[in-house]
Amino acid sequence: MTPEEDAEYRRRQKSRNVVVGGVLLFFVVLFYFITIARIGD
Amino acid sequence: MTVTTTSSGHTLPADWRDYYALTKPRVMSLVIFTGICGLLAAPGSINPVLGFTAILCIALGAGGAAALNQWWEADIDAGMKRTSQRPLPAGRMDPVNARDFGIGISAGSVGLMGLAIGWLAAGILAFSIFYYAVIYTIWLKPRTPQNIVIGGGAGAFPPMIGWVAVTGDITLMPVLLFAIIFMWTPPHFWALALFVQSDYAKVGIPMMPVVKGEASTRKQIFAYSILLVPLAATPWFIGGTGALYGITALVLSLAFLALSVPVSFRRSVPDDTMKPEKRLFAFSIIYLFALFGAIVLDRVADYQNWPIPGVTA
Repeated sequence: MTPEEDAEYRRRQKSRNVVVGGVLLFFVVLFYFITIARIGD
Repeated sequence: MTVTTTSSGHTLPADWRDYYALTKPRVMSLVIFTGICGLLAAPGSINPVLGFTAILCIALGAGGAAALNQWWEADIDAGMKRTSQRPLPAGRMDPVNARDFGIGISAGSVGLMGLAIGWLAAGILAFSIFYYAVIYTIWLKPRTPQNIVIGGGAGAFPPMIGWVAVTGDITLMPVLLFAIIFMWTPPHFWALALFVQSDYAKVGIPMMPVVKGEASTRKQIFAYSILLVPLAATPWFIGGTGALYGITALVLSLAFLALSVPVSFRRSVPDDTMKPEKRLFAFSIIYLFALFGAIVLDRVADYQNWPIPGVTA
């Protein structure tokens, strides 16, 4: 891979990791609140 | 246009935006809106967190079904101008990843719906995904000019799922909400098909105006528009909603029917501006938003005891 391609590879990898991390964090918080809501039922 | 392979033959990972595009975000807005309306119009109440979760699951399920649809139709999409730049036909993504992504978020949405809300809502959600991805996309869309009628069934599930998420059972009302969108879809889509020069014929998808001709399509638009008038008002007739919704539904549906008349009883000429068809299509979108908005408003009015003229509280 050329240096430019390598940089593009890393950039995409990083942005995907950030998105997946954000989604996982969102679900952690959501599951917490779902649990609280269901306990109250 | 982004590169997908490097000079040394390495495949670049697809951009996350392409995964997002795979879920057809624009179609999802109507799915989310009608889902929320079903949820809000249902009798009873739901914890806001659970209500949000139910809508999220409906949206994720729709996104998963859309991804599977694009995975299956990548070769068809490649042959049409409107769709040739989607992630798969443009070669920005590995089809296997698109398929797994679709299956993954579909399964995830059904599982979450079952655990957080209930398994009836989850079951209907699972069936709606199967209906859109398999029954519609794989089986019937390429085989019959009634494909839009069948596809309308897929779009009709969200308000029903939203309703069932609150009540936990299927009654006549959520079935009626389903039936209204089902009946609305053919005139909505065929009005568009009449004025948009599409490449469907080129890729072998039997759309009604191509297979049965323009005259037949126009007649069928009229038939569905007539049926929509009593159907849209049925929730009021059976006492499921009040007069606020009932009268709104009748006015909207009669306007829809009035706009469908010029579409149904004309023929296009060369270099036609297709004004009546464009008007009907534009109104059909307003119609659905207003109709479902009215169901929610009717419910709020009932809840708050708003005085509606001519109706005793």
